[in-house]
Amino acid sequence: MNVNAPRRVQLFVTCLIDTLRPEAGMAVVRVLEALDIAVEFPNAQTCCGQPAFNGGAWDDARAMGRHTLDVLSKSDAPIVVPSGSCGAMLTHHYPELFAGDAKYGPLAENIAARTYEFSQFLVEVLGVTALNARLDERIAYHPSCHLLRGMNIVNPPRALLANVRDAELVELDGAEECCGFGGLFAIKMDAISSAMMQRKLDAIQAAQVQTLVSCDVSCLLHLSGGLHRRGSQVKTKHLAEILDPQQA
Amino acid sequence: MTIPVPNVTFHERVDAALRDPILHTALDRSMSRFSELRRAALAAFADESATRARARLIRAHTLSRLDAYLEQFEANVQRAGGQVHFAADAAALNRIVGEIARAHRVKAVVKGKSMVSEETALNDALEAEGIRVVETDLGEYIVQLAGEHPSHIIAPAFHKTKEQVGQLFHEKINLPLTDDPAVMTAAARAKLRWEFLNADMGISGVNFGVAETGSICLVENEGNGRLTTTVPRVHVAVMGIERLVPNLDDLAVMLQVLARSATGQKLSVYTNLITGPRKNDEGDGPAELHIILLDNGRSRVLGGEVAEILYCIRCGACLNACPVYREIGGHAYGSVYSGPVGAVLTPALEGIAQWSALPQASTLCGMCKQVCPVQIDIPRMLLVERAQATHAGKMAWWLRLGLHLYAFTATKPALYRLAAGGARLGSRVLGAPQQGWIKKLPPPLNAWTKTRDFPAFAQKSFRAQWEARRARKDAERAGDSHA
Repeated sequence: MNVNAPRRVQLFVTCLIDTLRPEAGMAVVRVLEALDIAVEFPNAQTCCGQPAFNGGAWDDARAMGRHTLDVLSKSDAPIVVPSGSCGAMLTHHYPELFAGDAKYGPLAENIAARTYEFSQFLVEVLGVTALNARLDERIAYHPSCHLLRGMNIVNPPRALLANVRDAELVELDGAEECCGFGGLFAIKMDAISSAMMQRKLDAIQAAQVQTLVSCDVSCLLHLSGGLHRRGSQVKTKHLAEILDPQQA
Repeated sequence: MTIPVPNVTFHERVDAALRDPILHTALDRSMSRFSELRRAALAAFADESATRARARLIRAHTLSRLDAYLEQFEANVQRAGGQVHFAADAAALNRIVGEIARAHRVKAVVKGKSMVSEETALNDALEAEGIRVVETDLGEYIVQLAGEHPSHIIAPAFHKTKEQVGQLFHEKINLPLTDDPAVMTAAARAKLRWEFLNADMGISGVNFGVAETGSICLVENEGNGRLTTTVPRVHVAVMGIERLVPNLDDLAVMLQVLARSATGQKLSVYTNLITGPRKNDEGDGPAELHIILLDNGRSRVLGGEVAEILYCIRCGACLNACPVYREIGGHAYGSVYSGPVGAVLTPALEGIAQWSALPQASTLCGMCKQVCPVQIDIPRMLLVERAQATHAGKMAWWLRLGLHLYAFTATKPALYRLAAGGARLGSRVLGAPQQGWIKKLPPPLNAWTKTRDFPAFAQKSFRAQWEARRARKDAERAGDSHA
């Protein structure tokens, strides 16, 4: 482990994990604490505003962005986000949204520079790839688009999963293709979204895995909903849930 | 306004496309082939990233002083004996071509593939003047026989299976029914050979105009481009004003990325470099060369928020990589330019108001940006156009209201918490009969549950679990210190 790594972080848990998958958030906390990282949770945090930004409602997105920047700038600790999608919003889109804003422009740059996606923080900041995790299952990793191409985080999740004892990690056919979620796209363009999802679900079922792992619960919300509708038994987990020391 | 706005909605076209199994066979076959070829070509290209970066710089540089390069190009074309025309819009381009045709008493035209001529609906304009127009690119010939328009910027008949083409050739050119592409190609070749020899005018597109030499470069794989530009007595080349490169060295860079990205070739089978009409001592070539530069909204785009889309070199790689294009094909877009680049370019050229659906048709997955040979940030421009669509009042009222309310709530933590509590309760009531899975959400969210279940919110939010855990730890600590 990198000796110069920060010893405390702020967790930006994301609205989806807060409401729909709190167990993923708790797993993030346990993984970090097991590595002696003190976790702060600024409890005024809500949503980063990405749905409004992607939907074209930039004034609404800025309102949520200002709130989030205010909340996160109260501490100087690095920020850990267990999502590539929200991570891309904080690291790439806030600086664009607030470019030219005398107060929030510099704040957005400051926050962007100390925000890390969960797997990125473990591997690139802490220098950790082997955690004491074990899972006797056949699993596949779904790289979310915003993590893979938005934040250019390719290897960290795979490195962490490769070190999970007893787990057999298999590659999905067309692994790096979008699952069709796309936020509001899933509602506004539901027919295209569903067609893309069916392709991904076919690949998941063909791989005969027991668990699908991702770093974004947004994709998993969509894929687990599709799997459940199909009557599939495949489970979906956030990476942190696989690495959770409580599970091992 | 030149690109006709289709009279059915985007959603209707998408639904029709999604229900078309033959279209999906065609798309799956073509897309996996093109993507595979591109991947192999780039994997074998040692200088890939450096060359792509250089190609991007060349495009950025050229557009940053486009006015100067256009003047230089015009002067050098004229010096080589060619004639240059500027067309402000589609109607102007069609008028200029019509005038040239009349001056030369043109009865028959052969065309090499040109998306600019699709943009101006040039064939319709010429046919209205009684001129016979024959497309000579095999894909475009197929599409013309079928009475359709290209569904892909480099492969016009991308949406058709070979079986469909066999049927079409059987009906239109009396070829015995076959699904053998070689037999069909030979039949088309025989028909087209006659057309080349009898045409009075050849019309081609242009991949790049070279400012320093006044040359135009046209790449192709069938030889039809070479015949179109050399056999008839008049050659008319049509191009967008943005399609210039400063010099031949820059052209070499662009050609390296174009062929690899488009078809996975190191170089196209034919790379035509045309400088002026036939000289006195030359045996082949047209007596006159006319180059028409089309603006049609481009100079306005150049000064706006999505100017970067003009870097596009029309390789089609973003279409071949796009998961949305794969599901719906090119025609569903309803625009001349389809796929990711078309979704940005069409609203930029024609106005966001009537094309507001196109930038929405993306998950912003970033595949287009990843494959683009000149690294155009298409997802960013889709976002910009979504914001423009909202400003133009094109967002559904329920979504606008919903996002407003969401933003209002999310900036007030206590209210947010209350609202999340309400949503949790509601979702748990809805999900109660099916072990926490909601089978049918109320409108407008019911679009979600057409094909997907939705999980009820967690019984205890992260926030609540965190606070309970902290209270427990505090109590433990208090207990410890007490003992």
